Amino acid sequence: MLNAHTSARAPFPQAHSSGPSLKVERVNVAYSEGKLALRDASLTLEHGSICGLIGLNGSGKSTLFKTIMGFLNPLSGTVTVLGRSSREAQKAGQVSYVPQSEEVDWNFPVSVWDVVLMGRYGHMNRLRIPKKQDLEIARDSLERVGMTAFKDRQIGELSGGQRKRAFLARALAQQGQVMLLDEPFGGVDATTEEVIIRLLTELKNAGHTVLISTHDLDSVRSFCDTVALIAGRTVLEYGPTEQVFTPDNLMRVFGGAASHAAS
Amino acid sequence: MDIAQFFQQAIAPFTYGFMVKATLVSALTGAICAVLSCYVILKGWSLMGDAVSHSVLPGVVIAYLVGLPFTVGAFAFGLLSVVSIGYIKSRSRVKEDTVIGVVFTTLFALGLVMISKVSSEVHLSHILFGDVLGISDGDVLQTVIVGTLTLTGVLMFRKDLLLFCFDPTHARSIGLNTTFLYYALLTVLALTIVTALQTVGIILVVAMLVTPGATAYLLTDKFSKMLVIAAASSVFCGVVGTYISYFLDGATGGCIVVLQGILFMLAFFFAPKHGMLAKSRERRKSQLEDVLERGNLPSSAGGMGND
Repeated sequence: MLNAHTSARAPFPQAHSSGPSLKVERVNVAYSEGKLALRDASLTLEHGSICGLIGLNGSGKSTLFKTIMGFLNPLSGTVTVLGRSSREAQKAGQVSYVPQSEEVDWNFPVSVWDVVLMGRYGHMNRLRIPKKQDLEIARDSLERVGMTAFKDRQIGELSGGQRKRAFLARALAQQGQVMLLDEPFGGVDATTEEVIIRLLTELKNAGHTVLISTHDLDSVRSFCDTVALIAGRTVLEYGPTEQVFTPDNLMRVFGGAASHAAS
Repeated sequence: MDIAQFFQQAIAPFTYGFMVKATLVSALTGAICAVLSCYVILKGWSLMGDAVSHSVLPGVVIAYLVGLPFTVGAFAFGLLSVVSIGYIKSRSRVKEDTVIGVVFTTLFALGLVMISKVSSEVHLSHILFGDVLGISDGDVLQTVIVGTLTLTGVLMFRKDLLLFCFDPTHARSIGLNTTFLYYALLTVLALTIVTALQTVGIILVVAMLVTPGATAYLLTDKFSKMLVIAAASSVFCGVVGTYISYFLDGATGGCIVVLQGILFMLAFFFAPKHGMLAKSRERRKSQLEDVLERGNLPSSAGGMGND
């Protein structure tokens, strides 16, 4: 199913780097009824780094994600992506996004290939007619995640791990410098987890910036450069993984249940 | 009755100009509605379609009163309902389906009051249930123009619209304006409803905007095929429904919609992959395989439940 040669692809094109690639500064976000959903949240991601966003459901993690994506407007504070607003960075095609599996309608009549091509839409003309280069990049992205054989499958006919890889291929095809992944390890098999970690590391080495939100504490420790602990609707701690990932800190975020993961 | 007589009777409807016109309008309307229905059912906008179609009533009455083309009035009120729903939803705690319910019933009721008080010229039943057999040349022209424009627009931007239905987050993340796409899709929805008014009327328009797409959705996993199947089934129902209504001397819109419902039921039971029979066959097959497997492994029979 997954061939050894998937890793033997050419390296990703090197990203340009000057200044931080993603900066969240003292952001406050409110729900429509006025209550604060996120308060005074700050983080700074450098080029060529992977950051893990850790926190319980309802901690403000997904609000921070949505704010970075530009879906929520902060009351105060700023989000800067590659030196501009996140909306501008999106229009330049620089921000790719891998959704949580729960957010996708798996019965939708689209194939894996359709999904990957959607990653190229920003590079096509208004009628979204793919050029030769778009097709090549889409094929290459499918190959990198080992999904070429499943190209024509309707997305609902895939296993959990294959579904995730199809959407990862779409994000790769987009060729942005910043990639956001919402729960990339939710419901995936070991092979897929390996593929995801390997690809994200390759992206990082090519100077890209990766932000993942996850519950998977083991994977965070093994490959995230920085960690942001989210609790009580704010960024509790942010910094290099080895400094932040202490039993004490994890206790503050998760309570007793998960603190052993850091030891 | 011999064969010659039978054929004479069978083609009799098409010796009348009004029947030819009605058949063509029904077919065109069917095609446009079918294309849009694919988006409506994937986006989950059936109620929205029902709402917009009911809301156009006051617009139609006003257009007749002041002598404007009915499409103008209907379209204006279709848009008004869409904008009011969006506005109220984003500025109150009331849920969307409730807002839709309030807005469209209010506008529809307003239309009813206007008809009963203001005008005797407008035939309520023609607006509510369509009157394709009595369609005027001017109305045919309006339908053709609006219909062709709508169809061209939707087909040209079908990929963006599909992406918007499938994954608005991704659409936004590649820089597309999803608010614009939201209103663009609602605008073509309103335009489509306007084209279908003459054929099936306000009450049944929603069937044209839902059923062909739903039937096609049961028959294929490819969106491009879904568009083709929906359009083919809808054109078929438009033509055959109009034809049957001539012999029944019954409501044309009703005949078309009943036929669409029948096609949907056929797909529901007999669709090769997503039909009920196929699914129960699949279930039986996997049960059988289960039993066979168990037969081969008698020692593990007790632990099968854990698999």
